[in-house]
Amino acid sequence: MTGIATGRTIPDRLQSRTYRALRSWETILLVVAVGVFVINSFASPHFLNAWNLSDATFNFTEKAMIAFAMAMLIIAGEIDLSVASIIALVSTAMGLAMQAGAGVPVLICVGLFTGLVCGALNGALVAGMGLPSIVVTIGTMSLFRGISYIVLGDQAFTGYPDGFDFFGQGYVWWVFSFELVLFAVLAVVFWLLLHRTNFGRAVYAIGNNATAAQFSGIRVARVRFILFLLTGLMSAIAAICLTSRLGSTRPSIATGFELEVVTMVVLGGVNILGGSGSIPGVVLAALIMGMVTFGFGLLNVPGIVMSIFLGLLLIGVIAVPRLLRGK
Amino acid sequence: MKPVLSLRGISKSFPGVKALQGVQIDLFAGQVTALIGENGAGKSTIVKVLTGIYQPEEGTIEIDGKPVRFATAQDAQRAGVTAIHQETVLFDELSVAENIWLGHAPRTRLGLIDRRAMRAGAQRLLASIGATLNPDLRLGDLGIASKHLVAIARALSTEARVVILDEPTAALSHKEINELYDLVETLKAQGKAILFISHKFDEVFRIADRYTVFRDGQFIGAGAIADATEGQLVQMMVGRSVDQIFPQRSHNIGPPVLTVVGYNHPTEFADIGFTLHRGEILGFYGLVGAGRSEVMQALFGITTPSKGAVRIDDQVRVIRSTHEAIAAGIVYVPEDRGRQGAIRGLPIFQNVTLPSLTRTSRAGFLQLAEEFRLSREYTQRLDLRASSLDQELGLLSGGNQQKVVIAKWLATKPRVIILDEPTKGIDIGSKAAVHEFMAELAAEGLAVIMVSSEIPEVLGMSDRVIVMREGRIIDEVTGARMTPETLVRAAAGLAEAA
Repeated sequence: MTGIATGRTIPDRLQSRTYRALRSWETILLVVAVGVFVINSFASPHFLNAWNLSDATFNFTEKAMIAFAMAMLIIAGEIDLSVASIIALVSTAMGLAMQAGAGVPVLICVGLFTGLVCGALNGALVAGMGLPSIVVTIGTMSLFRGISYIVLGDQAFTGYPDGFDFFGQGYVWWVFSFELVLFAVLAVVFWLLLHRTNFGRAVYAIGNNATAAQFSGIRVARVRFILFLLTGLMSAIAAICLTSRLGSTRPSIATGFELEVVTMVVLGGVNILGGSGSIPGVVLAALIMGMVTFGFGLLNVPGIVMSIFLGLLLIGVIAVPRLLRGK
Repeated sequence: MKPVLSLRGISKSFPGVKALQGVQIDLFAGQVTALIGENGAGKSTIVKVLTGIYQPEEGTIEIDGKPVRFATAQDAQRAGVTAIHQETVLFDELSVAENIWLGHAPRTRLGLIDRRAMRAGAQRLLASIGATLNPDLRLGDLGIASKHLVAIARALSTEARVVILDEPTAALSHKEINELYDLVETLKAQGKAILFISHKFDEVFRIADRYTVFRDGQFIGAGAIADATEGQLVQMMVGRSVDQIFPQRSHNIGPPVLTVVGYNHPTEFADIGFTLHRGEILGFYGLVGAGRSEVMQALFGITTPSKGAVRIDDQVRVIRSTHEAIAAGIVYVPEDRGRQGAIRGLPIFQNVTLPSLTRTSRAGFLQLAEEFRLSREYTQRLDLRASSLDQELGLLSGGNQQKVVIAKWLATKPRVIILDEPTKGIDIGSKAAVHEFMAELAAEGLAVIMVSSEIPEVLGMSDRVIVMREGRIIDEVTGARMTPETLVRAAAGLAEAA
């Protein structure tokens, strides 16, 4: 077919996938996760108890659901800091629907719809108008939670209908809670979406070079909008679980979640500047954060120490690779 | 007369390119010396050597017969050499006076900035060039011509003896250009030695006293303007040793593929219309800023034209996004490879398949084996040198990155491929490969548009050449008229030689 091809064949890959996987950030996280597990089981006799471990998963499941969507958003070079406020607004909307006499299916629909509307607003401002996402979502962070405060004041919604408690308190089988199973299913769904679909490839392309992605026919604004929708949707699912678990809605619900979610994503190896990262990394980071919190709790370590530890861990994961590279 | 500033045997190279090879320039007090040459002749490089931004590997710079060395931009400024650039580097948020004195403001005894002296000095300098600007105005509120005046006043504030004007009229209106000529006369009268860099012959003959011609980084000649004709200068600029061999072309031109009618853009171009045929290579020549890339980017859906229509195979196609352009069979290899073409952080095969993912995937799910197959097919056609298809694109040389970008587009099986400066900044070997490949594509029936500022490339590869100037098509050159002189004259707005 051509006069200039030399017949030399360029190999697909030089290193096998296994070799590459062994040298990856995810492997380091796995070692840390196992380490934390072992230390915890020696430190406290109560750690290795199926029901205790199961309880501990509630530390991270709701945040991790949002972290999956947030990871994709950050890989694409954007961020959403309004996720915790979306939880507050979704929970408030469900509370209003409950007072109007809605049953469980309607409550779920109201919740999901509210989350999608919040995500669509963020997406329209960022992808449609080209505003910087960090500023837009700091703005909507105040806006969404502000609405919750206006509706609720110092009151709370309580008395959710029977059956609604399943999402946050129910068990699918033995020690496996509904939240834990949902976390596992969503991990697989997001792994497929990010690593195995055209959409996921577009996310990486945009995060690496949005201009070149546009010049390659990628509909950049559309992908960004969908990512914000997805983050709004995941925040709504997290809000349903959390509201169900707590059994009530206060305007201060989920305060500070956004920072823990971003911490989880960055600890999971997602480049905060966009372009790289993986869902397995985020899953491992969620497990580590959950186990550390649980372990410290068993040892009666005060919450503030936990916060110091997480802060150091976060700075460490960003600084150490750079120090190792000698720059 | 002794020159104020004299350069001898200056050489400067960059990886893969010899930008300057033993060039010389003399500048005399109270005289304007015009430096002329094609794009890539080394004009910008010599300005950077003169202002201390680049250090030459060989050669001497003498001021008043004494050798000097400009290790930094500050050294050059202290020696009295100052440049006013194509895009002047000034600060919109500062006042006129602050812009003039930034970096060397007069100080009070306490070491604070002496604002009164600054204002007075600014007024004096502006008056000396016949400008009546209020020194307190915010620079951002001024027009481009006034900004030039400020830039020149700034140059004079450093007690400059040598003033370099780097294509100063490129962005000016007719009236503003005349005011600039008056200003150059004022500077001459003050005894400054002026280096005037320009593409435009009318302006060279109007204000220069002497000329120096560069070509391909080499010194070609110098002399008094009074002794030269336009024809001689054009000849010196373009006449070159034939050191590039272009592939044999079959020139097998088929029916029209792409027809553009009445294409207009509010600011960038007007009345663009042309037809492109199957198997044809259509060259677009013009000076930098003639609007060629802007037309191509509109065809590719990056910018939206205000008027006009595009037909492919006699079907009108609306192109509002790159996605629609690709669907219509138009693809574009951009000039700015680093920003617009290559995604350096992704592996080679992912770069290649990005616009073709709908074909390589199944129900939206990636098929890696199919991606490797497609990217191997096209990268091998271009003789890509890489250790594996999974290698990060950013690790390849510029030429090989360009091959990947071209492979990416061929894999979409386009009808029309637009190559914007396809060989800019790549090594000679890759250049030849790209040329050969273009010829092959045309022979296979693809319609090719090549935007290029390199005359040998335009003439060596094209079946036909459209010349653009100031956003308009001003000439279509075919057959025997395809000579360097015709292109240079048309692009510069000169009448054809008799």
